[in-house]
Amino acid sequence: MSEYYKPLPKPSPTSRPFWEAARRHELTLQRCGACRAFIYYPRDRCPKCFSDKLAWERMSGRGKVYSFTVVRRASSRAFSDAPYVLAIVELAEGPRMTSNIVAPPEDVRVEMPVEVFFDDVTPEHTLVKFKPA
Amino acid sequence: MSLKGKAAAIGIGELKPVKEPGDLTALGLMARVAAEAIADAGLEKKDIDGFLVGVPFSDPGMIYPASAAEVLGLNVRMLNQVDIGGASPAGMIWRAAAAIDAGMCSAVLCIVADLNKVGDQRPPVISVQREFEAPYGNIGANCGYAMIARRHMHEYGTTARQMAKVAVDQRTSALKNPLATFNDKALTIDDVLNSRMIVDPLHLYEIVSPVSGGAAIIVASPELAKGAKNPPIWLLGAGEYANHSTITYAPSITESPIKPAAAAAFKMAGLQPKDMDIACPYDCYTITVIVTLEDAGFCKKGQGGPFVMEHDLTYAGDFPCNTHGGQLSFGQAGLAGGMSHVTEAIRQLMGRGGERQVKGAALGYVNGNGGIMSEQSSLVLERRS
Repeated sequence: MSEYYKPLPKPSPTSRPFWEAARRHELTLQRCGACRAFIYYPRDRCPKCFSDKLAWERMSGRGKVYSFTVVRRASSRAFSDAPYVLAIVELAEGPRMTSNIVAPPEDVRVEMPVEVFFDDVTPEHTLVKFKPA
Repeated sequence: MSLKGKAAAIGIGELKPVKEPGDLTALGLMARVAAEAIADAGLEKKDIDGFLVGVPFSDPGMIYPASAAEVLGLNVRMLNQVDIGGASPAGMIWRAAAAIDAGMCSAVLCIVADLNKVGDQRPPVISVQREFEAPYGNIGANCGYAMIARRHMHEYGTTARQMAKVAVDQRTSALKNPLATFNDKALTIDDVLNSRMIVDPLHLYEIVSPVSGGAAIIVASPELAKGAKNPPIWLLGAGEYANHSTITYAPSITESPIKPAAAAAFKMAGLQPKDMDIACPYDCYTITVIVTLEDAGFCKKGQGGPFVMEHDLTYAGDFPCNTHGGQLSFGQAGLAGGMSHVTEAIRQLMGRGGERQVKGAALGYVNGNGGIMSEQSSLVLERRS
């Protein structure tokens, strides 16, 4: 197995449940118990109403491409394997996430339906990516 | 409470950027532009009693303002660093005016200088960006602006040719700017579209080029301004806004915080976009100019593409815009890239535009933009006749 050389997430106490769920191949986001907003990325208080009554909920894993770019030349040497598709995915539940679309770059379109894909990049790290639905 | 007419820019210093830093240091560049700006203002170093500085990416450090002030040999009554990305220089102007209006000081040296450090030596981002952006390759500014451009094309039908026109017209003005990095060859729309695709849909010539350089501006009290050597350029309005850092989490990626920032600046000035003789919108990418012209109110939302095609944006045109060439042709020396829009507005309003002087320019709009369409700082400036 080749060594994984790209940046890896270092979970914080706030975000650890998100990454632990990803390792189980589940997409979970916080939801505010006061204003009912879904929250991404994980917070200590709801960024909308500042409530601290946050609970984790499992998402459908469905969404669409809000926007994307095909990175042909990356700003970081760690991504010298470009091209890759960087995207903003809008989940069916509402929140937007930065992620990758795992598909041939020429196939990706704005508003294209996508579904979650769990990429076990190392034995300890799973990234939340998307592929065409 | 308003800053209208409470302070004026009376002197500028700016270096011709260079591609390779060689033996230059950021602190050395600061000393050079500080001396130039102070002399241009007709002041002496002892007259400077306020200091606003941008921390260079190439030589960052804690407790930066006092350290840089010590290197320059300044004794100041007010000092701070301004860290709102590319909006820092515009943000310094109103902060200087506010400090002057509050009676804290009377002549503020606003300064930025940086070296071109390419590769992976970019400054660290905060933990949540390392955790939720970097693993997916959302690193640096290119990707975010490419996604803004892609969505703008999707929502409004903006075209690659429209975006390219911004770089072409700015280059035409740069040909008349001896300080611009790229001032020896005109561009065509096809040249831009035939340049290498870096982050789809943005081509190489739509993306700023990192350089080494620096600039400084002296902002002074009305008392100092009235006796100044140069025509004082008065601050009439200022507005600032931010609602996100990473573009993924912005309420909209095609409608920016420039809207409230510019509205506040025009309201304070009691003026409208159509009153402006020149515009200097921050241009890290071509799409940035199109979104700024829309959100500042120079055209309707979504009409920025047709607007730049219908108007001549050069110094000789009907809508003079970034007459120094913009950062796209001037070069981006870290935060100093954003100072070039402010210095150009001041230069034009002082009547010191040389071959690219916009005749009769008396009112100018400047926007500073930080991060990925994040921090926005808008200014309205005036030369009084």
